[in-house]
Amino acid sequence: MQGILSAAGYVPYRRLDRGTITETFAAGGGRGTRAVAGYDEDTTSMGVEAARLALRAAPSGAHPRTLAFSTTTPAYLDKTNATAIHAALRLDTDVLAADFGGAIRSGLAALTAALHGPDPTLLVTADVRDGLPTSADEAAGGDGAAAILVGSDTDGPALATLAGEGHTTEEFIDRWRTPGDNRSKVWEERFGETKYVPLGEQAWNAALKSAELSADQVDQVIVTGAHARAIRSLTARLGVDKSKLADDLSGSVGFTGAAHPALLLAAALEQASPGQTIALVALADGADVLVFRTTDAVGTWKPARAVADQIAAGAPLSYGKFLTWRGVVTVEPPRRPEPDRISAAVTGRTEHFKYGFVGSKDRTSDALHLPPARVSRVGDAVDDMEPAPMADVPGTIAAFTIDRIAYSPSPPIVFAIVDFDGGGRLPIELTDVNADALQVGDRVEMTFRRLFTADGIHNYFWKARPFPAGAQGKEGSSA
Amino acid sequence: MSSHGIKDQVAIVGMGCTKFGEHWSKNADDLLIESTTQALNSAGVTKQDIDAYWVGTAMSGMSGMTVSRPLQLHNKPVTRVENFCATGSEALRNAAYAVASGAYDSALAVGVEKVKDSGYQGLVGAGKTPTDGTNRTLTAAAMFAMCAPAYGNRYGVGDDQMREVLARISWKNHYNGARNERAQFRKEVSMDTICGAPLMAGGLRVFDCSGVADGSAAAVLVRAEDAHQYTDRPLYVKALAFVAGNASGNADPDYDYTYFPEIEAAGRDAYAQAGVTDPRSQLAMAEVHDCFTPAELLIYEDLGFAERGSAWKEVLAGTFDLAGDLPVNPDGGLKSFGHPVGASGLRMFFETWLQLRGDAPEERRIAHADRGLALTHNLGGYPGEMVSFVGIVGNELG
Repeated sequence: MQGILSAAGYVPYRRLDRGTITETFAAGGGRGTRAVAGYDEDTTSMGVEAARLALRAAPSGAHPRTLAFSTTTPAYLDKTNATAIHAALRLDTDVLAADFGGAIRSGLAALTAALHGPDPTLLVTADVRDGLPTSADEAAGGDGAAAILVGSDTDGPALATLAGEGHTTEEFIDRWRTPGDNRSKVWEERFGETKYVPLGEQAWNAALKSAELSADQVDQVIVTGAHARAIRSLTARLGVDKSKLADDLSGSVGFTGAAHPALLLAAALEQASPGQTIALVALADGADVLVFRTTDAVGTWKPARAVADQIAAGAPLSYGKFLTWRGVVTVEPPRRPEPDRISAAVTGRTEHFKYGFVGSKDRTSDALHLPPARVSRVGDAVDDMEPAPMADVPGTIAAFTIDRIAYSPSPPIVFAIVDFDGGGRLPIELTDVNADALQVGDRVEMTFRRLFTADGIHNYFWKARPFPAGAQGKEGSSA
Repeated sequence: MSSHGIKDQVAIVGMGCTKFGEHWSKNADDLLIESTTQALNSAGVTKQDIDAYWVGTAMSGMSGMTVSRPLQLHNKPVTRVENFCATGSEALRNAAYAVASGAYDSALAVGVEKVKDSGYQGLVGAGKTPTDGTNRTLTAAAMFAMCAPAYGNRYGVGDDQMREVLARISWKNHYNGARNERAQFRKEVSMDTICGAPLMAGGLRVFDCSGVADGSAAAVLVRAEDAHQYTDRPLYVKALAFVAGNASGNADPDYDYTYFPEIEAAGRDAYAQAGVTDPRSQLAMAEVHDCFTPAELLIYEDLGFAERGSAWKEVLAGTFDLAGDLPVNPDGGLKSFGHPVGASGLRMFFETWLQLRGDAPEERRIAHADRGLALTHNLGGYPGEMVSFVGIVGNELG
């Protein structure tokens, strides 16, 4: 029987205070904050971060045979985006990696497919939610990612198993986006409400029936979707006490599209007790309801980095920066050349370093090399190295500098010499950083980012970032 | 390793140097025609008298035809060399070895760079080698900026004190450059102006960074025994040392950015070749690669001009001023003379040519020319991964 072996959410570092939208345009915005992907993040890179956290908290014997990636805002079309995630996670070549793209519903649909088994599957979902300035989507949307590892008893103890499910589908025009557009459009919302509420009730009742439960036996209900009005109406009709409703993170993170059901499920599992029933209700072109029953394993499970902690560790972003990062506003760049596109051929030779951040270690001297080298910098060893995966090794800032003249999609660049625990050094760009507070000796962790895009080719590589508050890297630890 | 050197085997008998600066109306051909013509005239020879040519340029031309075409050389061997910002020194080094080998009676080394055509601030690398995108993208200013706090932390120099030390180096080089008709920047700059200039990278401000200029410089080299056929006052090559680092500083956690091992090694080799045992008292002057003020500070110690941890005090004491005990960059250095990459190394030799022969204008003439030896130091790359050249010339044999 398939169950959830591990789960994690990824909430990017920056928060936009919705009030700043209102202040700027005397329109739009609202209360609370939304999460904002860094200028160097996209759905692929955020997916990597969520997947790393999920795998870090997974049973040691669990190895996904399939990697499914779902997003409405893929970094590439035609080309599969899951392959970059596959490479960053250093999964074996014989693991299938594929995209489930396009629609918001694809995230939960991919999770449902994984739960139908039989392969151990890592579901990764991520979204970057855009809308025109002052639009409801701009304010209510959020950026984020989630990853859920699904497998059977043979892969490891499940945190929760699927107790029942219900799905309904109907073709109607409520929300749509033509490929190439940077925003969605919506029909008059009362029309969608008349469609969604009965579809939701039908799926809810079907799920309860298949789980052999009544509504009042459900311990926690997560209701989510892009249609806020329909969500409110449906929630009132589910027959569950308000105290059982989960925070949908709309006040802090915003609605993260295809990623949101998995993000909320991860957050719920992080706080769940053994023997609980959790229902996940998602409205998107129909309704999907998954009912889970938590196991004893959830009581001892240690999430790699809880969603709640990530939400608490955020830092504000000005609305001007937000508009710049989204490409709505173009500001004067440094007078330096923009980078050339990367070479597919060179990248083909360096995949393990570029995507997996794997260096090499001299077997004789233990000298660590980043990027990997054939000839050791210590002694005379040639071709006597072993791979040294460094993505999860914390480091310490030995020196740093702020470069105000180098090209960056968001100047200035903050650059540091990072010395890794146990050996190894690399000068590398920092991100998610408050440069004014940075000090030599600060602890950093590696994070997968998109450095720049040239000729439509995204240049993914790693950066270092200060450990979020509450997750200070201890020497020799990986979290 | 043994580095025998070619002490007193080769002489410089003619030199030329253009004004460095923003030559909007001149291209690389114009600049190298100007410098080579000066050098040939100064040696009293024609272009066809020269047996072989070396041209150093990092980004302004490919192949020996960078020189043979504009100078219209007929059936001459011309070699283009490149070694980052030490390219100009590399041209002279290889030309000197060719003469010392006996292969040629004479050779001309010319360095040239046309950097102001890019339209960008600072230097823009010529490298268009396809990459995987994992290479660093930050500027040289940012890399050198890391040396200042590292040095301050190691030797207990506070931020304000370090700011004054770096400004003092910049102030000195502008003072010297103001007295040099070929320099890009010919104004003295006050300490207040230097300390209040806009930030570029880390703690480095505009006046901590060298000038970016177009320019060219050239030297005619012959066998030492033939030198007096060309001039009564030749300069003799005493040492030519070069180290290409293994770039381990940015891979080795033990490296702390307070010194440049490549420069220390090149200096050691050069001193051995020239028989210099106490550079501070034996050298009349030095031209060093002050691409950024922290570089010049560290170089003082790497080359033994000051004890480790003490150079900052010597800077404040004026040791390296024009009238100091060991004048460094009396021509204004990269800071105010400007830095046309391929030309800078030869520009440094040009200053030793003027000073050791007594031709430097009085307002910036060094006091100790009688010591007879001058050093040039030229680096390329960054802290942790650089190439370094050290040359020594003298105005007497022996």
